[in-house]
Amino acid sequence: MIATDSRLGWRDGLRVASVGMRARRLRATLSALGIAIGTAAIVAVLGLSSSSQAGLIAEINQLGTNLLTVEAGQSFTGGQAKLPLQAPARITHLDHVEELAHTGLVKEAKVYRSALVPPASTGGLSVRATSLNLTAVLGVGLARGSWLNAGTAREPVAVLGAVAAQRLGIDRIRPDQRIWLGHQWFDVAGILEASPLETDIDSSALVGYPAAQQYLGYLSLVHGAKESGPPSSIYVRTATGHEAAVQSLLAATANPEAPNEVNVSQPSDVLTARAAAAGAFDSLFLGLGLVALVVGAVGVANIMIISVLERRSEIGLRRALGATKGQIRTQFLAESILLALVGGVVGVLAGAAATAGYAESKGWAILIPVEAWSGGIAAALLIGALAGLMPAVRASRMPPTVALRTV
Amino acid sequence: MSGTWALELDGVTKVYGEQPPVHALRGVSFAVRRGELVAIVGPSGSGKSTLLHVMGTLELPSEGVVRIGGVDASGLSDRELSRLRARQIGFVFQQFFLAEHASVRENVADGLLYAGVPAVERYRRADEALERVGLSHRASFRPTQLSGGERQRVAIARAVVGTPAIVLADEPTGNLDSTTGASIMELLHELHANGATILMITHDAGLADQLPRQIRVLDGQVVSDTACDRGDVA
Ligand SMILES: Nc1ncnc2c1ncn2[C@@H]1O[C@H](COP(=O)(O)OP(=O)(O)O)[C@@H](O)[C@H]1O
Ligand SMILES: [Mg+2]
Repeated sequence: MIATDSRLGWRDGLRVASVGMRARRLRATLSALGIAIGTAAIVAVLGLSSSSQAGLIAEINQLGTNLLTVEAGQSFTGGQAKLPLQAPARITHLDHVEELAHTGLVKEAKVYRSALVPPASTGGLSVRATSLNLTAVLGVGLARGSWLNAGTAREPVAVLGAVAAQRLGIDRIRPDQRIWLGHQWFDVAGILEASPLETDIDSSALVGYPAAQQYLGYLSLVHGAKESGPPSSIYVRTATGHEAAVQSLLAATANPEAPNEVNVSQPSDVLTARAAAAGAFDSLFLGLGLVALVVGAVGVANIMIISVLERRSEIGLRRALGATKGQIRTQFLAESILLALVGGVVGVLAGAAATAGYAESKGWAILIPVEAWSGGIAAALLIGALAGLMPAVRASRMPPTVALRTV
Repeated sequence: MSGTWALELDGVTKVYGEQPPVHALRGVSFAVRRGELVAIVGPSGSGKSTLLHVMGTLELPSEGVVRIGGVDASGLSDRELSRLRARQIGFVFQQFFLAEHASVRENVADGLLYAGVPAVERYRRADEALERVGLSHRASFRPTQLSGGERQRVAIARAVVGTPAIVLADEPTGNLDSTTGASIMELLHELHANGATILMITHDAGLADQLPRQIRVLDGQVVSDTACDRGDVA
């Protein structure tokens, strides 16, 4: 004899392991289908959550993570604290502060579609006095009309946040477009696009500080003189990379007498947390995927048991040709693993395709975590091994004469 | 491969079950020289297939000794027995047992699959074996495209492809009509003429009579052996 080692090479092993699949293609396809569906579901769920998370993070990065917000917090006695009038000017002088804008919440003023609306129906909207560079600092675009300018900031003219416009039922800017703000009519100059970083702006009607002072009585008295203000929120853009340094100084700079009455936050944090939540996969679908995998495993085990019974004569013949018990066991185990692996690979591809299609339609980057596809393949391998073990052991223990006698 | 004996049985018994025990073989002893062509003949249920399984090491005897090419099969592990079957024994069955989804050539080459022979060599020898059984022109066919006689020729080619010490054939013409059966007998004679050791089981005394030596069995016992009559075996 030429060789002394009678172990099968991988080519022969693969050929022998695929005999059953090649002989009964439909059956093999159907039993691999369960595993394909399971892995596809798992890969798609993980892929979609990662891709949506990646999409949100890309969006946040586009908005800029270098925006910090300074707001009036609770006073020592528990009431609403105020920011000092000079807070914006002081913050401007901090190192690494590039620009800032601010708004002042006019609590007394309410906004309605017309004078006839009952006063209680405010629709949750607020009125804010604003610095003219607000849209530039926040990076909020105009959906309609125009933003305030030095002239309109003195007039009874308002610009509506996206949500405010929607609640007031205003979707276009007409020359005679007015709202009932405070106790008089204000013209509507424009409508803003949504502001993801500062959602308070969305539900506000924005007016100039001078207009707020003149028409809404929003003012401060400094040594008996009237000044417009104070601001209630200050939006600070820092140089990128210096967010933390600036953030640590903001409270004391804004209100040196009572730094603890100042709230400082980084709005992108909230969005990042939301992105993390979006990245948390849908456990319902993941659970369904796992159930499909288990059902698939039972299907493969079932098919393998039937296969061993049907192929008794093949087993007997192989034993007569010199196959050891171990080789018979390996053959059926490998067949089961191969079957599950085919299902797993098809499932991973289908799950990836589903993720790609959906992410594409949403404009997200396509992100399929390594753990998702490698886990899918590994799960398929494990299932194949578990499902095939018992049938393979049965096949190997079948006495060759019994296997040859039946038929 | 040395020694004169391809196969030796000494006091082989085979008992199935406990109550009542079935004595399929009761003290069978005979020996087959290399190059012999032997018929084992007996009525149905006389223990012929059991004898073939024991000779082929597919089953171990309850008592007695089986030697293949001088190797005592008792006391061998599954691995060693498999190796013995892969290299020293060729089987031919009444039902052919061919793989339907493989070509004729692959079926024949698989006779060497578990013998540790590289694929190229297996296919080269398969082609040789197919030539010996006169089926070279059917090498790429599927067994389902062949007649019964051709299928049995493929099975015989698979049995002889590894030039085993002995070929064990269980009713090889049992599923064939008499003309086809006769051509299979002719093939066995040819292979024998070229040096193969063949032991054929049959219930057909007419077929057995065509072979040089006949061993008759009845109820698990050898009742006559033409070699003993002639004094070939001491
Ligand atoms: N696995 C087995 N279990 C029990 N009895 C068996 C088994 N195999 C064969 N026998 C019995 O042994 C006897 C011989 O059977 P067998 O060798 O198949 O005869 P033949 O091939 O000559 O027809 C029969 O009585 C049969 O029922
Ligand atoms: Mg029989």
